[in-house]
Amino acid sequence: MAHRITDTDGSHYAFHYKNSNHEFEASKFGIWVFLCTEILMFGGLFVGYILNSGKYPEVFEVGATFLDWKLGFLNTVILLFSSFTIALSIRNIQIGEQKKAFNNLLVTVLCGFGFMGVKGYEYSHKFHLGLLPGKFFNYTPHTAESDSHPTGEADEKPARSNASETSHVSELPKNMPMYFSFYFVMTGIHGTHVIIGMCLILWAMLRLKRGDFDPKHYTFVEGAALFWHLVDLVWIYLFPLLYLV
Amino acid sequence: MSYAAGSNYLNHEKGLWSWLTTLDHKRIGIMYMISVFTFFFIGGVFAMLMRLELFDPGPLFAAQTYNQMMTYHGAIMTFMVIIPGIPAFIGNFTLPLLIGAKDVAFPRVNLLSWYCLMVGAAISFATLFFAGVDTGWTFYTPYSIQTSGTVLMVLGAFVMGFSSILTGLNFIVTVHKLRAPGMTFFRMPLMVWALYSTAVIQVLATPVLAITLLLLAFEKMFGVGIFDPNLGGDPVMFQHFFWFYSHPAVYIMILPAMGIISELITTFSRKTIFGYRAIAFSSIGIAAVSFFVWGHHMFVSGQSSFAGIIFSFITMLVGVPTAIKTFNWVATMYRGSIQLKSPMLYALGFLFLFTIGGVTGIMLATLAADVHFHDTYFVVAHFHYVMVGGTLMAIMGGVYYWLPKMFGKMYNEFGAQLSFLFIFCGFNITFFPQFLLGSAGMPRRYHEYLPEFTSLNKISSIGAWTIGFGFLIALAVIIHCILKGEKAPQNPWGGKTLEWTHADSPPIHENFATTPVVEAGPYEYGR
Repeated sequence: MAHRITDTDGSHYAFHYKNSNHEFEASKFGIWVFLCTEILMFGGLFVGYILNSGKYPEVFEVGATFLDWKLGFLNTVILLFSSFTIALSIRNIQIGEQKKAFNNLLVTVLCGFGFMGVKGYEYSHKFHLGLLPGKFFNYTPHTAESDSHPTGEADEKPARSNASETSHVSELPKNMPMYFSFYFVMTGIHGTHVIIGMCLILWAMLRLKRGDFDPKHYTFVEGAALFWHLVDLVWIYLFPLLYLV
Repeated sequence: MSYAAGSNYLNHEKGLWSWLTTLDHKRIGIMYMISVFTFFFIGGVFAMLMRLELFDPGPLFAAQTYNQMMTYHGAIMTFMVIIPGIPAFIGNFTLPLLIGAKDVAFPRVNLLSWYCLMVGAAISFATLFFAGVDTGWTFYTPYSIQTSGTVLMVLGAFVMGFSSILTGLNFIVTVHKLRAPGMTFFRMPLMVWALYSTAVIQVLATPVLAITLLLLAFEKMFGVGIFDPNLGGDPVMFQHFFWFYSHPAVYIMILPAMGIISELITTFSRKTIFGYRAIAFSSIGIAAVSFFVWGHHMFVSGQSSFAGIIFSFITMLVGVPTAIKTFNWVATMYRGSIQLKSPMLYALGFLFLFTIGGVTGIMLATLAADVHFHDTYFVVAHFHYVMVGGTLMAIMGGVYYWLPKMFGKMYNEFGAQLSFLFIFCGFNITFFPQFLLGSAGMPRRYHEYLPEFTSLNKISSIGAWTIGFGFLIALAVIIHCILKGEKAPQNPWGGKTLEWTHADSPPIHENFATTPVVEAGPYEYGR
């Protein structure tokens, strides 16, 4: 097993590094490289979205009218705020305020729960209407009419284009399920990342309580925070593409 | 930590459990070696069976059985043998030694990548017990979403992709952060430049494969309609996505092979490598260009003819850095004192075969010619000349070169040269006729063929069994070396890189007793 070495100042590092700072720098670099792979992976999805929305603009235009931009906006605010709180917790650790750091991490995780809650609400609404990906899509304009919109979609519809409103109740464009395929795949993979990020932060909180971190050594929190920022960044692109286009 | 005399990484800890939980890059490299050789054997058996089928024009196996053998041969050889073959196996063992480090940057991630390969391979092999997969290793839609087994196979490839990403990530950080004092970038051995370029491709391209395969699985499970033309999707987009990874992936396979060849040629010519910087930069150049050539797989798939022209042109550009390397290797040998040991034989075999593979690659890149050659045995011959004649030759050369370092034992030179003879001759007998078959119009991927192709196919099959026999000899030589080989000195080849000059054979657990300090370039034979 790779053993760890205790430095003269009491810090620990793996035997193949020069000192704990060297290890910290390498770890941070590794995390950044990992984030590049994430961006490339989401990049594939975005390219698929762009190509298909260019090919079937009507599908994506009508599809977006089924989403409630207010809920999307709420989630955007939640995630941006949580990015802020996790950045604060890093600052707290750097100046030795462990208690505050813990609280800020806690707020971040709660934001994560909030985000997933709103997402779950949106999903269940779409499940209810039959707005499902691919072959499970069984929405008919008729059920939409008879269904009351608890999200207040009905109120904001007139604000959008009239064409899309009529399409809500009359005929849907061909290949309509494709929009919901993209919606569920993109938000689903993003949501999976949110859950992974929350697990990382919870783990970071446990380790913080255990006293693993000090102002100079907090690699794990740094990594979790960078990952969380990435999750936030991806959402900043997903929100306009899916809800506002 | 202090070490008793005779202590090394092999006997540092004992027992199977100490291997399965090891964080030592050398041990993980050896575990990769065992897995890659096993997979190579299985993939090879499929190849032998395919050549048995093609020995006669008529059918021997059912068409579907043949298609499955072809699929497993392709998938095993790419995802489980050639992609992990050099970076994860030879690279894992040598990279830290070459740059004077004690280990890779993230030893735990390194172990995780081995387990990813194992789990992914297990999932892929599990498909054999269900219906099997007969899509070919490329999983082209729409066929792949109509057959069973695709989801499981794709999931296996997805997990193996993580193995590749993690190795690449580890290597990038290792090269940046763990070089020994004095080891500047331009004092790094060329193998390190090659592994670094490979790692960049692994990290940037593999995630795109991951998302493509995930979407393919969703297409099959949920009918998401992204690739399925019946639902408005675009099967050509799948090809774009797939080759955006899989073309750079062939450079994941060949770039580190070129790194090995650089080491072999300079060591066995006793001469400073000619054009160090040119070779180093050409590795980066190939990695950069590799991302912009994927469309040459799709000249007849229905992409725009303008895109075809652009891809054709960029593809030919790959020939430039490749030729730079080849000429520099030849120039290195010029007036060197060449020793024809087995590793050098493989390096020369590489130069010969890879050049044929490369030049036929330019032929295939030519838009008009490709329309004729596309999906014929000409393509099969071309990529086997590059992947087997190139990469596999380099792997074998690298294995013989570093075996004394890995196990502290010498192999039997006569046996190794004998196996080289069988492999090299068998290879040409197998694949050269396929160029002729392809240009005569024999399509690839069929279990039957027209009677006029019979004689060339018989020659090809006999060649394939010759290669198989050669590899069995090689296996015997390697096993004999590990079990009964003579004790190897620290530097049997007179190499100038750190693993020969500063580390024992086999190295101690921490690689170097004292961290080496580098004061000159890697191949200073004049000094």
